Amino acid sequence: MKHRTFFWFFLPTALAMMLFIALPIVSVVTQSLHTAHDQVIIEVENCGPFGCEKETSVDTAATESLRREQPLGKWVGTDIYFDRGHLATSEVADAWTKSQSMDEFLSTIINLPFYRAMSFTLTYTFVVTPMLIILGFMIAVSVNALNQRLKGLVIFFSLLPMIVTPLIGSLILFWMIDSRGVIGSALQWLAGDPDLSLKASTGLTWIMLMVYGVWHAAPFAFVVFYAGLQTLPQDTLESAMIDGATRWQRIRFVVIPHIMPLVTFVALIQLMDNFRVFEPIIGFNAEAHATSLSWIIYNDLGGETRLLSSAAATSVLTIIGVAILLSPVLVRTWRDFNRKA
Amino acid sequence: MIKKLILASGLALAATASAHAACDISSGRVSIVGNEFPAIQTIGKGAMSCAGNGVEVKANLTADHQKINVAGMSGNPAEYTSAIVANSSIVALMNDDLIRPLDDYVAKFGDGLKKNQLITVDGKVMAVAFMANAQHLVYRKDVLEKAGLGVPKTYEDMLAAAKTIRDKGILQNPVGGAYKAGWNLAQEFNNMYIGYGGEFFKSGTAEVTINNEQGVAALNMMKSLSEYMNPDYLTHDSNATSAEWKAGNVGLMNMWGSRVGPLRETEGSSQEVVDNTAISAPMTVGGGAVPATTLWWDGWTVSKNISDEDAEATFKALKAAIDPSILNNETTPQAVWLIDGYEPTDAAKGVFAAASMGTKPYPMRPFQGLLHSALGAELADFMQGKESAEKTLADVEAAYSAAAKEKGYLK
Repeated sequence: MKHRTFFWFFLPTALAMMLFIALPIVSVVTQSLHTAHDQVIIEVENCGPFGCEKETSVDTAATESLRREQPLGKWVGTDIYFDRGHLATSEVADAWTKSQSMDEFLSTIINLPFYRAMSFTLTYTFVVTPMLIILGFMIAVSVNALNQRLKGLVIFFSLLPMIVTPLIGSLILFWMIDSRGVIGSALQWLAGDPDLSLKASTGLTWIMLMVYGVWHAAPFAFVVFYAGLQTLPQDTLESAMIDGATRWQRIRFVVIPHIMPLVTFVALIQLMDNFRVFEPIIGFNAEAHATSLSWIIYNDLGGETRLLSSAAATSVLTIIGVAILLSPVLVRTWRDFNRKA
Repeated sequence: MIKKLILASGLALAATASAHAACDISSGRVSIVGNEFPAIQTIGKGAMSCAGNGVEVKANLTADHQKINVAGMSGNPAEYTSAIVANSSIVALMNDDLIRPLDDYVAKFGDGLKKNQLITVDGKVMAVAFMANAQHLVYRKDVLEKAGLGVPKTYEDMLAAAKTIRDKGILQNPVGGAYKAGWNLAQEFNNMYIGYGGEFFKSGTAEVTINNEQGVAALNMMKSLSEYMNPDYLTHDSNATSAEWKAGNVGLMNMWGSRVGPLRETEGSSQEVVDNTAISAPMTVGGGAVPATTLWWDGWTVSKNISDEDAEATFKALKAAIDPSILNNETTPQAVWLIDGYEPTDAAKGVFAAASMGTKPYPMRPFQGLLHSALGAELADFMQGKESAEKTLADVEAAYSAAAKEKGYLK
């Protein structure tokens, strides 16, 4: 393609990307470098149905003039990124010098909001992604071997977890695993422990969230792999059979190499999705045990006092996290591309 | 059939006409944003009846009101001409200077408003309150009788009663409470900390001071109570706790006055539970005289960034919505109304007791919400036994300080 043609061909896409991807990121980065102005606090008397009380209040007139001069807020550079709510560099350094052992250091670090969120997010990402790829592949291979008439029905049912809205799906499961719910009671009966509660234990909550993650995302992997299986070269398969390859050998040496590019694709999408894990934490009311970066953003923006700069800084950290996570896969794709070219 | 229809629409027209007369608005735009529960729906309906003849009235009542009210009132002209708020949520609107003083309107059109309905800040009326709320004790008469116990007056009594009830095999987890990690858990800490006589901040500053003896005592009391709760308690908000109550699993709980009404309905419950659901005054703790709870009001405000015409229409419509004439058999039990002519029902007993015992109102401080969020995020660690009370309180203070610095309250 000529450069000129390419330019006009690509222009609409480039404009849309500027508008919907680049500009929001610029805005988020700008927000994360500014904070609210210093508030002018005064003491006033508040009265209401329950009597009067001396109370502090914000002098809005005085704050307003500050705001007018610098509408973006106070420039703080990267302060927010390094405060306790985010990378907490001074707290980490402090823990490093004061801790007697590695265990103590780690438990101090995990207690900080950002690292606590990262520990769950990374565990979740690296457990759920391979599991859902394996499960999705297994479903695809099994469905592909089914009788033609049954296939449609089975495919429909296998897709159900993906069709259910994540929040609704997790809420339904949340009630089922309640200590008085169907699954919760069954587990208590199986374990012979009437006080067993999935929601009260951090370990069990993590497992529950990961099982949910695999359940929800496996159909996506299944659909992609199933489509890939339809393009399997039949003659290669047949010659393998003539050579006496077992079913397992055919899968290992013919099927898997054939759909490997799809595995990369699914891994790429799912790494990104799982790193942003959010709905199950809300749906399962699991914030006491597991948090994620997305949950921190949500928590900062909700409630009575919105922490815009903090949420913006966490968003930028999420983007950086996704970029780091995807880099090996991207590098691999780039190499493959170069090799072919 | 057609006759009936004509008759009904005629009646409806007559009703709007008479309501409209009571509103006395000639023109303007009224748009209300607020929380969603029966009492506020009554207010919304009242304001809506002022619509017509060039007056436009809209109400957006949703549980997510706090997420949209600041944004919806920041524009000029503002989308919402009024926000229905409580003593905690009015602060966000005042911090951003989004609501206007109402003194002139009260003087001109505020006939019939009682002095204690006017929320004044620095001498200026910023909101008009229409109902009060508080958390207080709810108990099962039959359970306490079976255990041979009196009604608990203190949290220490409650603990002892819970032990007896469990030991006698009446209920396995007799204590209920909205202890869901986040806002609810933080609120229970606030209650308990106030009960022990703690102060949240160094007077006149935004410096937090909760890592002290009272803070530790408050956390320990909460932990002791949680041992008599459903093991899933960190996921139970007021709704889930009410459901546990209705299922007959709970015998004692600290619950919002505004939620007592639904506990007395048989839907999702049994006659036995409904008949034996009784309420009492809020409990004290640690030998203190001030109850371990907070008082709340709900009231309406008027936006700053709107025309004077719209502001006047909004004031008049909401004034009409809290007119004494709205009180009837259906609306009276919905809340503890601050409206003239309100006769307290039995369900209001707990809130009245709270007020008469000198309960503190939830503080209207610009930075109280930041502390509330920090408590909500950090306290779960202690409740799960992952760290000591002192460590948790130190974490809360650190989390609060980081947030307060970002918002410009601390240097």
